[in-house]
Amino acid sequence: MIKTGVKKDFLKAFTLAFPSTIPVLTGFLVLGMAYGVLMQTKGYGLIWSVLMSAIAFCGSMQFVAITLLTIAFNPMQAFTLSLMVNARHLFYGISMLEKYKGLGKARAFLIYVLCDETFSISSSVTIPDGINRKYFYLSISLLNYIYWVLGTFLGSVAGKYVHFNTTGLDFVLTSLFVVLFLEQWKTPNNRLSAMIGIIGTLISLFLFGQNHLVIPAMIIILVTLLIGRKKLCN
Amino acid sequence: MQLTGTQTLITILAIALGAVITRFAPFILFPETKEPPIFITYLGRVLPPAMMGLLVVYCLKGISMECSPYGIPELLSIIFIVILHEWMNNVLISIGGGTYLYMFLIQVIFC
Repeated sequence: MIKTGVKKDFLKAFTLAFPSTIPVLTGFLVLGMAYGVLMQTKGYGLIWSVLMSAIAFCGSMQFVAITLLTIAFNPMQAFTLSLMVNARHLFYGISMLEKYKGLGKARAFLIYVLCDETFSISSSVTIPDGINRKYFYLSISLLNYIYWVLGTFLGSVAGKYVHFNTTGLDFVLTSLFVVLFLEQWKTPNNRLSAMIGIIGTLISLFLFGQNHLVIPAMIIILVTLLIGRKKLCN
Repeated sequence: MQLTGTQTLITILAIALGAVITRFAPFILFPETKEPPIFITYLGRVLPPAMMGLLVVYCLKGISMECSPYGIPELLSIIFIVILHEWMNNVLISIGGGTYLYMFLIQVIFC
């Protein structure tokens, strides 16, 4: 009896979560495939691409790491670069502390696979009454994780047979972030912080260039949010 | 393949370790059994909209203002998304419509 209840709850949460991951499905299949193909051209086949995607699961860093795999062996450099490219996860974690509270064993997995897209969806969505919170977050995280690994797999085995012109399809992830930005914008209390995010990152882009913009942008945003705390709390 | 199998595996694990640290650090520093400092709770509330702004700009960072098409496809697509979202208020339609317009613009108009 209890078991069927759990299954029903999970199915209910999963059905609700799936549609919100469709843009990620599209984007991750395309980018994951691109990654698989690119790794293939550097001589790294199916096993290595899928292992990287499944264990490291960090899209932008994986693309950066392709260069690392083609030069002399230097794991320390790989590690420090990964820390820097992935630094934005620190802010995702701080934002999800409250939401991921009290989720037991599922929590470790949710944290392990917390990526840009999962953070965007899970931090924006309001979970309706009667939906199990744990199963809902778990569904989003699990689906997004599977999409990425699956995309990598497909790219490694079948990338060269795909002839459909996918140029520009990766814009689906930009669109996802734009729409979730608009969703945040709907709440007037969020607007000042949203503007700080845009302007802070633009300032960082102009000062530090496109290859080194994330960490300075995070610092600008953090400092501005802390200084403006009184104003933002209203 | 430049590296040996073992070297590749170590590189993968080094990258994964970097990612894992950035993901787990906040949850380890502020465990759920303890009330986090007020400023962390405050940041948890105000960071999501700011980070969404960061991600949008991050996605558009490669646009060049000096050479064609000067980010026009991106700009038009985002304006379209804003209008579509205001009008239909459906996340999937807005994302699908924006992506479709962008693909059309760069494959047909600005190619």
